[in-house]
Amino acid sequence: MARGHHDVGGLPGAGPIDQSQHELSDWEILADAVNQALGAKGIKRTDEMRRAREEMDSAAYRDMTYYERWIASIEAILIEKKILTREEIDRKLAQFDSKWGEP
Amino acid sequence: MSTGSDDHGHDHPKNELSHHAKRIYAIRDLLLEKGVISDKDIQCQIEYQEARSPANGSKLVARAWVDPTFKARFIADPKAACAELGIDATAINEFVVLENTETVRHMVVCTLCSCYPRPILGRPPDWYKSFNYRQRSVVDPRGVMSEFGLDLADDVEVRVHDSTADIRYIVVPLRPSGTEDWSEADLAKLVTRDSMIGVMDPLPAIPV
Amino acid sequence: MNASAAKFKPGDRVKVRFEDRPGHLRTPWYVRGKTGWVERVYGKFLNPESLAFGRDGLPKKTLYLVAFNQCDLWGKANKADKLLVDIYEHWLDPAA
Repeated sequence: MARGHHDVGGLPGAGPIDQSQHELSDWEILADAVNQALGAKGIKRTDEMRRAREEMDSAAYRDMTYYERWIASIEAILIEKKILTREEIDRKLAQFDSKWGEP
Repeated sequence: MSTGSDDHGHDHPKNELSHHAKRIYAIRDLLLEKGVISDKDIQCQIEYQEARSPANGSKLVARAWVDPTFKARFIADPKAACAELGIDATAINEFVVLENTETVRHMVVCTLCSCYPRPILGRPPDWYKSFNYRQRSVVDPRGVMSEFGLDLADDVEVRVHDSTADIRYIVVPLRPSGTEDWSEADLAKLVTRDSMIGVMDPLPAIPV
Repeated sequence: MNASAAKFKPGDRVKVRFEDRPGHLRTPWYVRGKTGWVERVYGKFLNPESLAFGRDGLPKKTLYLVAFNQCDLWGKANKADKLLVDIYEHWLDPAA
Protein backbone atom coordinates (compact mmCIF):
# COMPACT_ATOMS: atom_id res chain seq x y z
CA MET A 1 0.00 0.00 0.00
CA ALA A 2 1.04 3.56 -0.42
CA ARG A 3 -0.15 6.94 0.69
CA GLY A 4 -3.50 7.74 -0.91
CA HIS A 5 -3.58 10.48 -3.54
CA HIS A 6 -6.07 12.39 -1.39
CA ASP A 7 -3.75 12.32 1.66
CA VAL A 8 -1.86 15.45 0.72
CA GLY A 9 -1.10 17.20 4.03
CA GLY A 10 2.56 18.23 4.10
CA LEU A 11 3.41 17.07 0.57
CA PRO A 12 6.21 19.21 -0.86
CA GLY A 13 6.00 21.29 -4.00
CA ALA A 14 2.91 23.32 -3.15
CA GLY A 15 2.93 26.87 -4.46
CA PRO A 16 1.21 30.11 -3.45
CA ILE A 17 -2.47 29.99 -2.64
CA ASP A 18 -4.54 31.22 -5.59
CA GLN A 19 -7.16 33.38 -3.91
CA SER A 20 -9.32 33.93 -6.98
CA GLN A 21 -12.90 32.69 -6.79
CA HIS A 22 -14.94 31.42 -9.71
CA GLU A 23 -18.69 31.80 -9.85
CA LEU A 24 -20.31 28.37 -9.82
CA SER A 25 -21.66 27.11 -13.13
CA ASP A 26 -25.14 25.61 -13.36
CA TRP A 27 -23.70 22.11 -13.60
CA GLU A 28 -21.69 22.63 -10.41
CA ILE A 29 -24.74 23.89 -8.52
CA LEU A 30 -26.61 20.86 -9.84
CA ALA A 31 -23.86 18.44 -8.80
CA ASP A 32 -23.87 19.94 -5.32
CA ALA A 33 -27.66 19.70 -5.06
CA VAL A 34 -27.89 16.13 -6.40
CA ASN A 35 -25.19 15.07 -3.95
CA GLN A 36 -27.00 16.67 -1.03
CA ALA A 37 -30.41 15.30 -2.15
CA LEU A 38 -29.02 11.75 -2.35
CA GLY A 39 -27.61 12.19 1.14
CA ALA A 40 -30.82 13.63 2.56
CA LYS A 41 -32.70 10.57 1.28
CA GLY A 42 -30.21 8.21 2.88
CA ILE A 43 -29.19 6.80 -0.51
CA LYS A 44 -25.52 7.42 0.00
CA ARG A 45 -23.26 8.64 2.78
CA THR A 46 -20.52 11.27 2.54
CA ASP A 47 -18.04 8.60 3.66
CA GLU A 48 -18.88 6.51 0.57
CA MET A 49 -18.35 9.50 -1.69
CA ARG A 50 -14.97 10.25 -0.11
CA ARG A 51 -13.97 6.61 -0.54
CA ALA A 52 -15.01 6.68 -4.20
CA ARG A 53 -12.78 9.72 -4.78
CA GLU A 54 -9.90 7.94 -3.04
CA GLU A 55 -10.39 4.98 -5.40
CA MET A 56 -10.29 7.13 -8.53
CA ASP A 57 -7.41 7.11 -10.93
CA SER A 58 -4.73 9.28 -9.31
CA ALA A 59 -3.95 11.34 -12.38
CA ALA A 60 -7.65 12.02 -12.88
CA TYR A 61 -7.92 13.02 -9.21
CA ARG A 62 -5.32 15.77 -9.66
CA ASP A 63 -6.57 16.88 -13.09
CA MET A 64 -10.28 17.10 -12.40
CA THR A 65 -11.85 20.13 -10.84
CA TYR A 66 -13.54 19.88 -7.47
CA TYR A 67 -17.06 19.35 -8.76
CA GLU A 68 -15.90 17.06 -11.55
CA ARG A 69 -14.55 14.80 -8.80
CA TRP A 70 -17.92 15.00 -7.06
CA ILE A 71 -19.70 13.96 -10.26
CA ALA A 72 -17.30 11.07 -10.82
CA SER A 73 -17.89 9.83 -7.28
CA ILE A 74 -21.68 10.28 -7.49
CA GLU A 75 -21.63 8.15 -10.64
CA ALA A 76 -19.34 5.52 -9.10
CA ILE A 77 -21.47 5.10 -5.99
CA LEU A 78 -24.80 5.03 -7.86
CA ILE A 79 -23.40 2.30 -10.13
CA GLU A 80 -21.95 0.41 -7.18
CA LYS A 81 -25.36 0.47 -5.50
CA LYS A 82 -26.97 -0.67 -8.77
CA ILE A 83 -29.22 2.38 -8.87
CA LEU A 84 -27.92 3.31 -12.32
CA THR A 85 -25.70 1.58 -14.85
CA ARG A 86 -22.86 3.13 -16.80
CA GLU A 87 -24.56 2.05 -20.02
CA GLU A 88 -27.76 3.93 -19.33
CA ILE A 89 -25.82 7.06 -18.37
CA ASP A 90 -23.85 6.76 -21.62
CA ARG A 91 -27.10 6.27 -23.58
CA LYS A 92 -28.70 9.30 -21.98
CA LEU A 93 -25.59 11.33 -22.73
CA ALA A 94 -25.65 10.22 -26.39
CA GLN A 95 -29.25 11.49 -26.59
CA PHE A 96 -28.11 14.84 -25.17
CA ASP A 97 -25.21 15.08 -27.61
CA SER A 98 -27.50 14.59 -30.56
CA LYS A 99 -29.88 17.21 -29.10
CA TRP A 100 -27.17 19.72 -28.16
CA GLY A 101 -25.11 19.30 -31.32
CA GLU A 102 -21.40 19.50 -31.95
CA PRO A 103 -19.37 22.05 -29.97
CA MET B 1 -37.60 14.04 -20.11
CA SER B 2 -36.72 17.36 -18.52
CA THR B 3 -33.54 19.18 -19.37
CA GLY B 4 -34.69 22.76 -19.39
CA SER B 5 -35.43 23.57 -15.78
CA ASP B 6 -31.84 24.53 -14.99
CA ASP B 7 -31.21 26.92 -17.88
CA HIS B 8 -30.37 30.08 -15.95
CA GLY B 9 -28.84 31.54 -19.07
CA HIS B 10 -25.26 32.22 -18.06
CA ASP B 11 -22.16 30.19 -18.94
CA HIS B 12 -21.37 27.68 -21.64
CA PRO B 13 -23.73 26.12 -24.11
CA LYS B 14 -24.21 22.55 -23.01
CA ASN B 15 -22.34 21.06 -25.94
CA GLU B 16 -19.16 22.77 -24.71
CA LEU B 17 -19.29 21.30 -21.21
CA SER B 18 -16.60 18.90 -20.06
CA HIS B 19 -17.22 15.17 -19.95
CA HIS B 20 -18.18 15.09 -16.29
CA ALA B 21 -20.15 18.29 -16.42
CA LYS B 22 -22.40 16.72 -19.08
CA ARG B 23 -22.76 13.54 -17.10
CA ILE B 24 -24.44 15.20 -14.12
CA TYR B 25 -27.33 16.22 -16.38
CA ALA B 26 -27.69 12.62 -17.56
CA ILE B 27 -27.49 11.35 -13.99
CA ARG B 28 -30.02 13.91 -12.82
CA ASP B 29 -32.52 13.02 -15.55
CA LEU B 30 -32.18 9.29 -14.90
CA LEU B 31 -32.63 9.75 -11.15
CA LEU B 32 -35.78 11.80 -11.78
CA GLU B 33 -37.13 9.25 -14.27
CA LYS B 34 -36.58 6.42 -11.82
CA GLY B 35 -38.10 8.37 -8.94
CA VAL B 36 -34.92 8.15 -6.85
CA ILE B 37 -35.09 11.88 -6.16
CA SER B 38 -37.51 14.55 -7.30
CA ASP B 39 -37.15 17.98 -8.85
CA LYS B 40 -38.41 19.36 -5.54
CA ASP B 41 -35.65 17.52 -3.64
CA ILE B 42 -33.07 19.17 -5.89
CA GLN B 43 -34.65 22.63 -5.67
CA CYS B 44 -34.83 22.31 -1.90
CA GLN B 45 -31.10 21.68 -1.73
CA ILE B 46 -30.29 24.57 -4.05
CA GLU B 47 -32.34 26.92 -1.88
CA TYR B 48 -30.89 25.52 1.35
CA GLN B 49 -27.38 26.14 0.09
CA GLU B 50 -28.20 29.62 -1.17
CA ALA B 51 -29.44 30.59 2.29
CA ARG B 52 -26.11 29.73 3.85
CA SER B 53 -23.32 32.27 3.76
CA PRO B 54 -20.50 33.77 5.82
CA ALA B 55 -23.00 36.40 7.03
CA ASN B 56 -24.24 33.78 9.51
CA GLY B 57 -20.78 33.45 10.96
CA SER B 58 -20.16 37.20 11.07
CA LYS B 59 -23.41 37.63 13.01
CA LEU B 60 -22.33 35.02 15.56
CA VAL B 61 -18.88 36.53 15.97
CA ALA B 62 -20.16 40.10 16.30
CA ARG B 63 -22.61 38.99 18.99
CA ALA B 64 -19.82 37.10 20.78
CA TRP B 65 -17.68 40.25 20.73
CA VAL B 66 -20.30 42.50 22.31
CA ASP B 67 -21.82 39.97 24.73
CA PRO B 68 -19.38 37.88 26.83
CA THR B 69 -22.19 35.65 28.13
CA PHE B 70 -23.22 34.84 24.54
CA LYS B 71 -19.59 34.13 23.72
CA ALA B 72 -19.43 31.70 26.63
CA ARG B 73 -22.64 30.01 25.43
CA PHE B 74 -21.31 29.92 21.85
CA ILE B 75 -18.15 28.14 22.97
CA ALA B 76 -19.95 25.76 25.33
CA ASP B 77 -22.81 24.78 22.98
CA PRO B 78 -22.34 26.21 19.49
CA LYS B 79 -25.48 24.69 17.96
CA ALA B 80 -27.72 26.09 20.70
CA ALA B 81 -26.10 29.51 20.36
CA CYS B 82 -26.76 29.41 16.60
CA ALA B 83 -30.41 28.62 17.28
CA GLU B 84 -30.59 31.70 19.55
CA LEU B 85 -29.73 33.83 16.52
CA GLY B 86 -32.07 31.94 14.21
CA ILE B 87 -29.24 30.12 12.42
CA ASP B 88 -29.99 26.49 11.59
CA ALA B 89 -26.90 24.47 12.47
CA THR B 90 -28.73 21.15 12.82
CA ALA B 91 -26.98 19.61 9.81
CA ILE B 92 -23.65 19.77 11.60
CA ASN B 93 -22.91 16.62 13.57
CA GLU B 94 -20.59 18.32 16.03
CA PHE B 95 -19.35 21.87 16.02
CA VAL B 96 -16.41 23.40 17.92
CA VAL B 97 -15.61 27.08 18.31
CA LEU B 98 -11.95 28.13 18.42
CA GLU B 99 -11.28 31.47 20.08
CA ASN B 100 -8.33 33.57 18.96
CA THR B 101 -6.49 35.69 21.51
CA GLU B 102 -3.51 38.06 21.49
CA THR B 103 -1.25 35.05 22.00
CA VAL B 104 -3.06 32.29 20.05
CA ARG B 105 -4.30 32.07 16.48
CA HIS B 106 -6.21 29.12 15.02
CA MET B 107 -6.36 27.98 11.41
CA VAL B 108 -8.66 25.29 9.96
CA VAL B 109 -8.11 22.93 7.04
CA CYS B 110 -9.25 19.55 5.80
CA THR B 111 -6.19 17.99 4.18
CA LEU B 112 -7.97 14.77 3.19
CA CYS B 113 -10.85 16.35 1.25
CA SER B 114 -12.41 19.77 2.04
CA CYS B 115 -14.65 19.42 5.07
CA TYR B 116 -16.02 22.82 6.04
CA PRO B 117 -18.86 24.14 8.25
CA ARG B 118 -21.16 24.51 5.22
CA PRO B 119 -24.44 24.71 7.19
CA ILE B 120 -23.15 27.89 8.86
CA LEU B 121 -20.77 29.50 6.38
CA GLY B 122 -22.05 28.18 3.06
CA ARG B 123 -19.72 26.72 0.46
CA PRO B 124 -15.97 26.92 1.06
CA PRO B 125 -13.90 29.25 -1.11
CA ASP B 126 -11.97 27.73 -4.04
CA TRP B 127 -8.67 28.34 -2.28
CA TYR B 128 -9.71 26.29 0.77
CA LYS B 129 -10.32 23.29 -1.52
CA SER B 130 -7.08 23.75 -3.45
CA PHE B 131 -4.21 21.26 -3.27
CA ASN B 132 -1.82 24.06 -2.34
CA TYR B 133 -3.83 24.96 0.76
CA ARG B 134 -4.42 21.36 1.75
CA GLN B 135 -0.70 20.58 1.37
CA ARG B 136 0.83 23.71 2.90
CA SER B 137 -1.49 24.70 5.73
CA VAL B 138 -0.31 21.94 8.04
CA VAL B 139 3.42 22.39 7.44
CA ASP B 140 3.65 26.16 6.75
CA PRO B 141 0.65 27.88 8.34
CA ARG B 142 2.59 31.11 8.95
CA GLY B 143 3.55 31.24 5.28
CA VAL B 144 -0.09 30.79 4.29
CA MET B 145 -1.22 33.47 6.75
CA SER B 146 1.41 35.81 5.40
CA GLU B 147 -0.08 35.45 1.92
CA PHE B 148 -3.40 36.54 3.38
CA GLY B 149 -1.75 39.55 4.99
CA LEU B 150 -1.25 38.20 8.50
CA ASP B 151 2.30 38.20 9.85
CA LEU B 152 2.56 36.97 13.41
CA ALA B 153 5.29 37.44 16.01
CA ASP B 154 7.24 34.35 17.00
CA ASP B 155 5.70 34.29 20.46
CA VAL B 156 2.14 33.96 19.11
CA GLU B 157 1.11 30.31 19.08
CA VAL B 158 -0.39 29.05 15.81
CA ARG B 159 -2.75 26.09 16.19
CA VAL B 160 -3.77 24.36 12.96
CA HIS B 161 -6.80 22.07 13.07
CA ASP B 162 -7.06 19.36 10.41
CA SER B 163 -10.74 18.42 10.46
CA THR B 164 -10.46 14.74 9.64
CA ALA B 165 -13.70 13.56 11.24
CA ASP B 166 -17.22 14.87 11.92
CA ILE B 167 -16.16 17.87 13.99
CA ARG B 168 -16.54 21.18 12.15
CA TYR B 169 -14.49 24.12 13.34
CA ILE B 170 -15.11 27.85 13.20
CA VAL B 171 -12.72 30.52 14.43
CA VAL B 172 -13.84 33.47 16.55
CA PRO B 173 -11.23 36.00 15.49
CA LEU B 174 -9.78 38.66 17.75
CA ARG B 175 -11.89 41.82 18.02
CA PRO B 176 -10.06 44.73 16.35
CA SER B 177 -8.96 47.53 18.63
CA GLY B 178 -10.76 50.86 18.36
CA THR B 179 -14.21 49.24 18.04
CA GLU B 180 -15.33 49.61 21.63
CA ASP B 181 -18.53 51.51 20.89
CA TRP B 182 -19.36 49.97 17.54
CA SER B 183 -22.74 48.43 16.77
CA GLU B 184 -23.05 44.70 16.15
CA ALA B 185 -23.99 45.36 12.54
CA ASP B 186 -20.83 47.40 11.94
CA LEU B 187 -18.68 44.87 13.78
CA ALA B 188 -20.06 42.06 11.62
CA LYS B 189 -18.72 43.86 8.52
CA LEU B 190 -15.18 43.42 9.84
CA VAL B 191 -15.60 39.65 10.24
CA THR B 192 -14.55 38.20 6.92
CA ARG B 193 -15.13 34.59 5.93
CA ASP B 194 -11.37 34.11 5.78
CA SER B 195 -10.97 35.33 9.37
CA MET B 196 -13.40 32.60 10.48
CA ILE B 197 -11.26 30.00 8.74
CA GLY B 198 -8.27 31.58 10.46
CA VAL B 199 -5.92 32.52 7.63
CA MET B 200 -6.27 36.20 8.47
CA ASP B 201 -7.38 38.48 11.27
CA PRO B 202 -10.59 40.46 10.83
CA LEU B 203 -10.53 43.79 9.00
CA PRO B 204 -9.14 46.66 11.06
CA ALA B 205 -11.42 49.35 12.45
CA ILE B 206 -9.79 52.01 10.33
CA PRO B 207 -9.07 51.23 6.68
CA VAL B 208 -5.34 51.00 5.98
CA MET C 1 -16.38 -2.23 34.38
CA ASN C 2 -17.63 0.19 31.76
CA ALA C 3 -16.58 -1.50 28.56
CA SER C 4 -17.31 1.55 26.48
CA ALA C 5 -15.29 4.07 28.54
CA ALA C 6 -12.76 6.15 26.67
CA LYS C 7 -9.30 4.64 26.79
CA PHE C 8 -7.51 8.01 26.99
CA LYS C 9 -8.09 11.27 28.83
CA PRO C 10 -6.87 14.82 28.24
CA GLY C 11 -3.16 15.11 28.90
CA ASP C 12 -2.35 11.49 28.03
CA ARG C 13 0.56 11.12 25.66
CA VAL C 14 -0.35 8.97 22.68
CA LYS C 15 1.45 7.53 19.68
CA VAL C 16 -0.39 7.23 16.39
CA ARG C 17 -0.18 3.78 14.83
CA PHE C 18 1.62 3.43 11.58
CA GLU C 19 -0.91 1.43 9.60
CA ASP C 20 -0.74 0.99 5.89
CA ARG C 21 -3.77 -1.04 4.83
CA PRO C 22 -6.46 -0.74 2.18
CA GLY C 23 -9.68 1.07 3.00
CA HIS C 24 -11.00 4.51 3.84
CA LEU C 25 -8.58 5.77 6.47
CA ARG C 26 -9.09 9.19 8.04
CA THR C 27 -5.75 9.39 9.87
CA PRO C 28 -3.46 11.54 7.75
CA TRP C 29 -0.14 10.07 6.66
CA TYR C 30 1.85 12.91 8.23
CA VAL C 31 0.87 11.94 11.81
CA ARG C 32 1.20 8.16 11.49
CA GLY C 33 3.92 6.95 13.84
CA LYS C 34 4.06 10.35 15.58
CA THR C 35 3.62 11.12 19.27
CA GLY C 36 1.34 13.80 20.67
CA TRP C 37 -1.14 14.22 23.50
CA VAL C 38 -4.89 14.17 23.98
CA GLU C 39 -6.48 17.61 24.23
CA ARG C 40 -10.17 16.64 24.21
CA VAL C 41 -12.31 13.54 24.22
CA TYR C 42 -15.07 14.08 21.67
CA GLY C 43 -17.11 10.99 22.41
CA LYS C 44 -18.21 8.09 20.27
CA PHE C 45 -18.92 8.24 16.56
CA LEU C 46 -19.79 5.73 13.87
CA ASN C 47 -16.63 4.38 12.26
CA PRO C 48 -16.06 6.02 8.85
CA GLU C 49 -13.87 3.09 7.75
CA SER C 50 -17.00 0.93 7.84
CA LEU C 51 -19.53 3.55 6.65
CA ALA C 52 -17.46 4.17 3.55
CA PHE C 53 -18.28 0.66 2.32
CA GLY C 54 -22.00 0.80 3.02
CA ARG C 55 -21.72 -0.95 6.37
CA ASP C 56 -23.31 0.27 9.58
CA GLY C 57 -20.28 1.92 11.21
CA LEU C 58 -20.60 -0.12 14.39
CA PRO C 59 -19.10 -0.48 16.88
CA LYS C 60 -18.74 3.24 17.45
CA LYS C 61 -15.22 4.52 18.11
CA THR C 62 -14.15 7.21 20.55
CA LEU C 63 -12.82 10.28 18.75
CA TYR C 64 -10.04 12.39 20.27
CA LEU C 65 -8.57 15.81 19.55
CA VAL C 66 -4.86 14.97 19.50
CA ALA C 67 -2.25 17.74 19.56
CA PHE C 68 1.28 17.58 18.19
CA ASN C 69 4.18 20.00 18.41
CA GLN C 70 4.83 21.22 14.87
CA CYS C 71 8.56 20.82 15.41
CA ASP C 72 8.01 17.11 16.25
CA LEU C 73 6.22 16.62 12.93
CA TRP C 74 8.31 18.61 10.50
CA GLY C 75 11.64 19.34 12.21
CA LYS C 76 12.01 23.03 11.64
CA ALA C 77 9.00 24.98 12.95
CA ASN C 78 8.08 27.64 15.44
CA LYS C 79 8.52 26.07 18.89
CA ALA C 80 5.14 27.24 20.14
CA ASP C 81 3.11 26.02 17.18
CA LYS C 82 0.78 23.04 17.32
CA LEU C 83 -1.09 20.84 14.90
CA LEU C 84 -4.35 19.26 16.04
CA VAL C 85 -6.01 16.29 14.37
CA ASP C 86 -9.23 14.41 15.12
CA ILE C 87 -8.18 10.76 15.55
CA TYR C 88 -10.16 7.63 16.42
CA GLU C 89 -9.18 5.49 19.39
CA HIS C 90 -8.16 2.42 17.38
CA TRP C 91 -5.34 4.45 15.84
CA LEU C 92 -3.79 5.40 19.20
CA ASP C 93 -1.49 3.63 21.63
CA PRO C 94 -0.23 4.94 24.97
CA ALA C 95 3.15 6.68 24.72
CA ALA C 96 5.74 7.26 27.41
